[in-house]
Amino acid sequence: MLKNRIIPCLDVKNGRVVKGINFVNLRDAGDPVEQAKIYSKSGADEICFLDITATNEKREIIYDVIKRTSENCFVPLTVGGGVKSLEDINKLLISGADKVSINTAAVNDKDLIKKSSKKFGSQCIVVAIDAKQKNDNWEIYTHGGRTETGIDAIDFAKKMEDNGAGELLITSMDRDGTQKGYDIKLISEIEKNVNIPIIASGGVGNLEHLFEGVKYGKASAILAASIFHYGKHSIKEAKQYLDSKGIPVRI
Amino acid sequence: MNIAIIDYKSGNISSVINSFKAVCISKNIKIKIEVTSDLKKISNSDKVILPGQGSFKNCTESLQKIKGLKDTLNEFAIINKKPLLGICVGMQMFADFGFEEIETKGLGWIPGSVKKIDNKNNQYKLPHIGWNELLFASESKLFKNVKEKSHVYFVHSYKFMPNDERFISSKINYSEEIVASVEKDNLFGTQFHPEKSDTVGLKIIENFIEL
Repeated sequence: MLKNRIIPCLDVKNGRVVKGINFVNLRDAGDPVEQAKIYSKSGADEICFLDITATNEKREIIYDVIKRTSENCFVPLTVGGGVKSLEDINKLLISGADKVSINTAAVNDKDLIKKSSKKFGSQCIVVAIDAKQKNDNWEIYTHGGRTETGIDAIDFAKKMEDNGAGELLITSMDRDGTQKGYDIKLISEIEKNVNIPIIASGGVGNLEHLFEGVKYGKASAILAASIFHYGKHSIKEAKQYLDSKGIPVRI
Repeated sequence: MNIAIIDYKSGNISSVINSFKAVCISKNIKIKIEVTSDLKKISNSDKVILPGQGSFKNCTESLQKIKGLKDTLNEFAIINKKPLLGICVGMQMFADFGFEEIETKGLGWIPGSVKKIDNKNNQYKLPHIGWNELLFASESKLFKNVKEKSHVYFVHSYKFMPNDERFISSKINYSEEIVASVEKDNLFGTQFHPEKSDTVGLKIIENFIEL
């Protein structure tokens, strides 16, 4: 049977790991390659890097980080952050990324997901949706949560599926960094409306939140950052916990 | 020994290269790994890896774009019977036909076809992405010292259905039973990605290298 995946996410800036609280106040938590190796040994089902490097001249650093990670870790590696074009995707894949996650450009360039999934295959195209609740709906934001778009999250998710996305990474802007747990309503609403796998993200503060993401959010995979970074829980502990609650995981 | 990883512009092969190199380093195996589409180099190699990502149609078309490649692979695997490992769509192409986008002719090495996984009226997500447990169907050299129910990594929406069950070496359960690997004499194929399947995958790669 297919197992639910646990994906630790590392925010990377200028080649170093950081994790933001509500996308600001960054703290340094080390070298991404070393962290990825630890996660991989501890049983991470995939590893995710979000490159938040702002300046163009420093963007090249990520390619070296990816290259060194893929030479040392033999689980899938997803990389996102600032991906704008087919050329960007190609460079990330050649460096050793297995999947590329696309956020702002999926909204701004309406053909990018169609073109990239055709060129590289749906298996490597993840669309990252940052959503914020607005009345009874959710609206998507771009540019790391800074730009309001007025686009409905569920409509957009369906469109991305049609365009060939292989997976959707759903982050609740309301929950990200709060440690209050995933926005289960958001995750499950999108899950009901698409037939591709959903990765839940944003807000994990304890192991029960991971359980809720799968059990009630119906996510295929659960992504978390800070609970794994600062040694609060290991991936192994998380998996043992989920296993004890009847969630199928790879142990 | 020389191993050729076929480069026919069918998606990302850096992970395949990295994993083979890592196995050679950790096991102190001295072999030459070459990423190539050079027909002579392929013919002269001892083993071939045929990766494949994207659609069945795109992969078979890319293969045909390199003049003589199909014949060279045929000679290598069918006439000279040297070991060849197909990964993901690389394995699916062993079939007679694929039905992704439109009906497309495969290599015809293992009789059968490639069809979409039944998602049981949208009860199951596609692609089938993630770690699933291998259920052995017959003895396989690839799975030497690999335990039954080991986890390996999949990402696909189509499945290979060989006509003859004897060539199926393992299966997995999802919305239905799906072929996870095939083996016919010197031909080996995995639907999963050994290069992304952690220590189990590296063991399978080692087994192929040491055939």
